[in-house]
Parts: sequence; structure tokens; C-alpha cells
Amino acid sequence: MLLINCPYCGERPELEFVHGGQAHIARPGSPAECSDQQWADYLYRRDNIKGVHAERWRHTHGCGRFFNALRDTTSDQFLATYKIGEQPPVPAQAQPRKATA
Amino acid sequence: MRDLSAARQGPYVAASPLVRPLSPMTRLLLRGGADARAAALAALGLPFTDTACRAVCASGRAGLWLGPDERLLLAPQSQLMELSERLSAALAGRAHSLVDVTHRQCALEVSGPQAGVLLNCGCPLDLDPSAFPVGMCTRTVLAKAEIVLWRTGEHSFHLEVWRSFAAYVSKVLAQAARELTA
Repeated sequence: MLLINCPYCGERPELEFVHGGQAHIARPGSPAECSDQQWADYLYRRDNIKGVHAERWRHTHGCGRFFNALRDTTSDQFLATYKIGEQPPVPAQAQPRKATA
Repeated sequence: MRDLSAARQGPYVAASPLVRPLSPMTRLLLRGGADARAAALAALGLPFTDTACRAVCASGRAGLWLGPDERLLLAPQSQLMELSERLSAALAGRAHSLVDVTHRQCALEVSGPQAGVLLNCGCPLDLDPSAFPVGMCTRTVLAKAEIVLWRTGEHSFHLEVWRSFAAYVSKVLAQAARELTA
């Protein structure tokens, strides 16, 4: 079974976790000043990365906390996990990258 | 007040040699900052620790780490009113949430040399004493149900199961126990 390293609890089996979508998406400071396009981008548009992806995960059946993870979408390997609010660590093997437009 | 006598008899628990229901107890769920957690544990006469996945217990009461800001407080059934008053006094002025979940859950004890093997029928955690030592507690899953698992001894585990899952969890364990003892 795939083990995910919860920053609070340590390595736990995958089925205690739920995926929470792409990480590091900041809500616009003043939504009223956003154009419809900007707001729609914030709500719906997500990267579809082949490679290292920064994602939110939640340890639902454990400590209940959200945290962030760097996962390689091609191999399903977790390169790092870190707490919400922390900067993503740079894994030795790979750099996080944005999807090309 | 609503008659709770039916509820006090406890939910149906399937019989099996390694699993027994524990007597009713007081359960309080505390969430709050470090000051509130420390004050609550002190009010219960428990030592304070912030170590992840560890339970502290003293004189029949226990504080189980469920999350960084979350503790499950267990105590004998008769102490609910006394502890509620003591906690209200200790937590006054501190941001916190304290919920009485006494009747939400029931407790099972799984014991015997094969207790860990039995739990591994539906729980994927590594229950070897080196990885899951005595005193470790955590929320986890057992088959399709969420449980709180607390190792109280080398060969005994305390399970907190939501009432509506108690029949299911005990049946899963009873079936697995049949395979172990066959």
C-alpha cells in the first residue's frame, strides 16, 4: 500500500487520506475588483501537470489536518510533504514546475 | 430530560473471544490552542504533552492526542458533571471548543497475544510494538469504519467506535477471530 508521510503523524497508509486539489492557490484580495475571467480562473482553472505537482492532501482518518505534498503525477511518488503555510521544499531529483500554456 | 436508559444498555456488539465491550465512560472532545489544552489536561490531573499520537493517562482518566489541536478526554462515567464544571472553570477566557461525545462512541477492548494480528484484518497500520508502542493512539480505519485505536498494553488495544458502527466493527473482528482461532 502507498504510504504518505503526514507532517503531523508520520507515515500512514494511503486510504487514511483524501486528495484536496492543487496547492498554493491564493484567493484574490478583493474579489469585487476581479473580472469574471479572473474569478473563473481562480475558481476553476487548475494546472494539469505531467511531473511534480504541488497538491493539498487531508489526513481525514487521522489528525484531520490539511497539508501540502509534492507528488510526481507520472509515477505517483510522493517527493515531499510539508505543512500549510510553509514553502515547498525543493526535492533533490526534481524541480516543481508550472504547466506550460 | 429524555430517557437515555435504552442508550445506556449500549449497542449490539458481536461476541468473540478476543473482543469485549468496555463499560460506558465519559468522553469529551477538546479543541483549542496550547494554553487551552494545557489547562484542560491539568484540570483533569493529567500530564501535558504535545507529542503526536500519544495518550496520557492517570487515575482512570486519559487524554488522547487526535490532532495538533484536538484531544479526546476519557474518564469514568460518573465524573461527567464534576469534570464539566472543572473544565469550564479551567477553560474560561480561553478560546476552545469542548463537546460532550459520551454517547457518540462506545469502547471495545481487543486483547490477547494475537490482538495486533486480529486488528490487521481491517487496519493497515503497522501494529508491531516497535512501530506502534504502548501509549500510542490515533484515529484510523478498520475495514470500512473509522475508529480511534489506542494501545493500552503490549497485547491490548482500546477501540473507540462510533455507536452506529459498533455492530459492524465487532462483527468484522468476530469473523477475523474465527479465522485466527480455527
